Amino acid sequence: MNPYLPHTPSDIRSMLDTIGVSDVEALFSDIPAEVQGWNRPLGLAPHDDLAVHQHLTGLAERSTGRGLIPFLGGGLYDHFIPSVVGHILSRSEFFTAYTPYQPEVSQGTLTWMFEYQTMICELTGMEVANASMYDGATALAEAVLMAHRTTRGKVVLVPSSLHPRLREVLATYAWGAGLALRDVPYTEAGRLALDGVPDGTCALIVQQPNGFGILEDLTGLKDCLRKTFLIAYANPIPLAVIEPPGSFGADVVVGEGQPLGNPLSFGGPLLGFFATRMDHLRRMPGRVSGQTRDVDGKTGYVMTFQTREQHIRREGATSNICTNSALCALAATVYLAALGPDGLRRVALLSWEKAHALAERLADLPGYDVAFDGPFFHEFIVRCNDPEAAVGRLRRAGIAVLPPSFLHPLGVHDGFIVAVTEKRTPEELDRFVVALEGK
Amino acid sequence: MSTIYDHGAPGRQAVALPQLGKVEQGLLGAIPADLRRRDGPRLPEVSQPELVRHYTALSRMNYGVDTGFYPLGSCTMKHNPKLHEDLARLPGFADLHPLLPPEACQGALALLWETAEHLKGITGMPGITLQPAAGAHGELTGMFLIKRWLEDRGELGRRTKILLPDSAHGTNPASAAMVGFTVVSIPSDRRGMVNLDALRGALGSDVAGIMLTVPNTLGIFEEDIVTITDLVHDAGGLCYFDGANLNAYLGRARPGDMGADVFHINLHKTFSTPHGGGGPGAGPVTVSEVLVPYLPVPEIARKGETYHLDWDRPKSIGRVHPYFGNVLVIVKALAYILSLGDEGMRAVSGGAVLAANYLKAKLKGAYKLPYDQLAKHEFVLSGEGMGNGVRTLDVAKRLIDYGFHPPTIYFPLIVKEALMIEPTETEPRETLDTFAEALLSIAAEAREHPELLREAPHETPVRRLDEARAVREPRLKLDF
Repeated sequence: MNPYLPHTPSDIRSMLDTIGVSDVEALFSDIPAEVQGWNRPLGLAPHDDLAVHQHLTGLAERSTGRGLIPFLGGGLYDHFIPSVVGHILSRSEFFTAYTPYQPEVSQGTLTWMFEYQTMICELTGMEVANASMYDGATALAEAVLMAHRTTRGKVVLVPSSLHPRLREVLATYAWGAGLALRDVPYTEAGRLALDGVPDGTCALIVQQPNGFGILEDLTGLKDCLRKTFLIAYANPIPLAVIEPPGSFGADVVVGEGQPLGNPLSFGGPLLGFFATRMDHLRRMPGRVSGQTRDVDGKTGYVMTFQTREQHIRREGATSNICTNSALCALAATVYLAALGPDGLRRVALLSWEKAHALAERLADLPGYDVAFDGPFFHEFIVRCNDPEAAVGRLRRAGIAVLPPSFLHPLGVHDGFIVAVTEKRTPEELDRFVVALEGK
Repeated sequence: MSTIYDHGAPGRQAVALPQLGKVEQGLLGAIPADLRRRDGPRLPEVSQPELVRHYTALSRMNYGVDTGFYPLGSCTMKHNPKLHEDLARLPGFADLHPLLPPEACQGALALLWETAEHLKGITGMPGITLQPAAGAHGELTGMFLIKRWLEDRGELGRRTKILLPDSAHGTNPASAAMVGFTVVSIPSDRRGMVNLDALRGALGSDVAGIMLTVPNTLGIFEEDIVTITDLVHDAGGLCYFDGANLNAYLGRARPGDMGADVFHINLHKTFSTPHGGGGPGAGPVTVSEVLVPYLPVPEIARKGETYHLDWDRPKSIGRVHPYFGNVLVIVKALAYILSLGDEGMRAVSGGAVLAANYLKAKLKGAYKLPYDQLAKHEFVLSGEGMGNGVRTLDVAKRLIDYGFHPPTIYFPLIVKEALMIEPTETEPRETLDTFAEALLSIAAEAREHPELLREAPHETPVRRLDEARAVREPRLKLDF
């Protein structure tokens, strides 16, 4: 008997008697017979637990990439995840619960959502955050849609240095909403070169750090924009040590929260964070937990400002989002609580230090250079004559970096991108250098 | 209710990270002054025991499927198999970077390909994307696909309307609106099904398509489903099926055979992956032949025993996800499909429909049943006319006192005081009996001791909360 299906033949018999039908098939008499007749089984036999385990374990072991030392970034980063994160997440009262529609039996979820919103606001320098989006890319797309709803503008200024995957998802959403993307070039330092804001622009996007890993200077950008939205897409880790976009007047700060305690997961599930100003609250997508009191005056939490959401406002909603990335947001909450301000600063500075140490050594190698001279955080582009060959040499040394083709949409054809987190050891950095030295 | 910020003391930490020591000042100095953060983020400073106790305490204030019966209509809160949690944590899935070249992630690509093939077979549809991260994301993807199809045929400016039954989930109209479609509501008839005359009246050369939920949100199967999809196709539109209710006919019927052109599958409903307190889920979309050219890129393709990414789809809508979708959710769904096989899938829908009709039979004497049809996986009662001013909300809150999670309430909108009950196939008969007894007892209490309902719940960490105050005096984060 399948372990998830508890009804025995005698259960089924007595339930059918209560209903007053002869067999289970009779309960499907409302599905037209022709439709049922067209059904074709998969030809799949039921697997016992051992067989399921063996099949999935076999697939997991077939991916050889896991054995490589990862210097992989491009939006997702290999940071250390403290054991407490996984242990808290495996409390099934958290992960087998639904959206907290009944607050009296959901105070656990609603309380950590409130904590998460607080922490995201602290990191980004913003006033209000939602309880999560699917991923950074769709959070960015939703921020652009919000800017369009607010300003009515139909042009979006997009840096040429924006991470290609963000741009691709944004392009789909923008086309769907009838918006036009317009490129903003970059300087020789790899930083944004804003050359004016055309009429009808709803938003300027700035990625911090950008697709090259370069840290942008946000000073004065909002002054050029006036009512046009300044949308910052930020990596949350460096926000521990660099001034957050909120300080520069950003209207929305979004980003990919995976680096905060979530595994790489072959790219999903991820965590989109979304923060804005209180002025924009009623146009913000997604769920929000708010503090209130119960009938006895006791403090508690509810999902609030729900009149923005699809289940109330339907086609007038600020977004169609319903299911989000709650459990990944819980991971981020526990991660940030576990590290605290000092721990997060250390992760940021260690990543910074190791990335810069590697970059300096590579720049000293003949034939290799760091592509831009703008300040970078923990990811940088190595320029060389034959990036494919260089990546091949690294691969033979057991090191993985992103394929050079990742940079082609950014107009970079003579380099590859390297990300370094606090997890990389001095030996691994040595191995990287030695592989390119070719000795 | 304490938050994590109420615990700890300056200097405490719950994890030991490598020391920076003297280099720290030097490093901070290396950050250009105009970028350096002036005031650090205010994050909690707690030791590990404090952290663990706080979140364990929070977890105990939650109700999950592992806690008890969770008959939340439209949400398919079935048991979440434990084996699948372990499988999703395997490093070969969880620690794999999605931008590795395909030759380095063959196992993960095989996982996606196999799951895709099964889902195409289950839905009877030839094309699929696994990218959508949730059901509503799948709906949006479907709307993008229909828009691209119209664009390709030169009909975009002309076909601007999406038809929606008045019983639809709120995500449907919201998804259509995000792509610029105008939503037209189609009333239900006395059976709770799409009113065919109203549908015929609404169809025309300005209609892009229809979004249907099958069975609908009353838990009723559209008996005229083939007529409905034929009418829409004849009028030049496409048919979107919301797959939230696939659990009702899994292994017995296929949306592709019913005339669906786009179908989204909530893996976190029908395929048993946990809801996570609101997410993550996954919303793969299968499509009919006509929409295959427009699917998101890349396609995961197989040649012999090798998997690769196929980007050759010039008419594609592009990407809706930066990578492959919610892969760890897909791991659990594949494990579930394998464990069930064909016979198990039929048993799932059989058990779900049996449980729903069983509860309906037990409860229909005590509660109003506005649409007394054969139920599929769920049914809708009404708390109207319970007497003494008792409302559905009171019934729901009183159920908490009896140890149950309440059903979905006040949805679908076409039933006043709706109580939408979806038991799923994973509940033993004894649980269904206890739940029915609780609702019968509550119906009696409504007549004799209505205050017990109006003041419920009684034993929860907090009692009824002032939602108006939460809006009037918004406190959406801590004030420091």
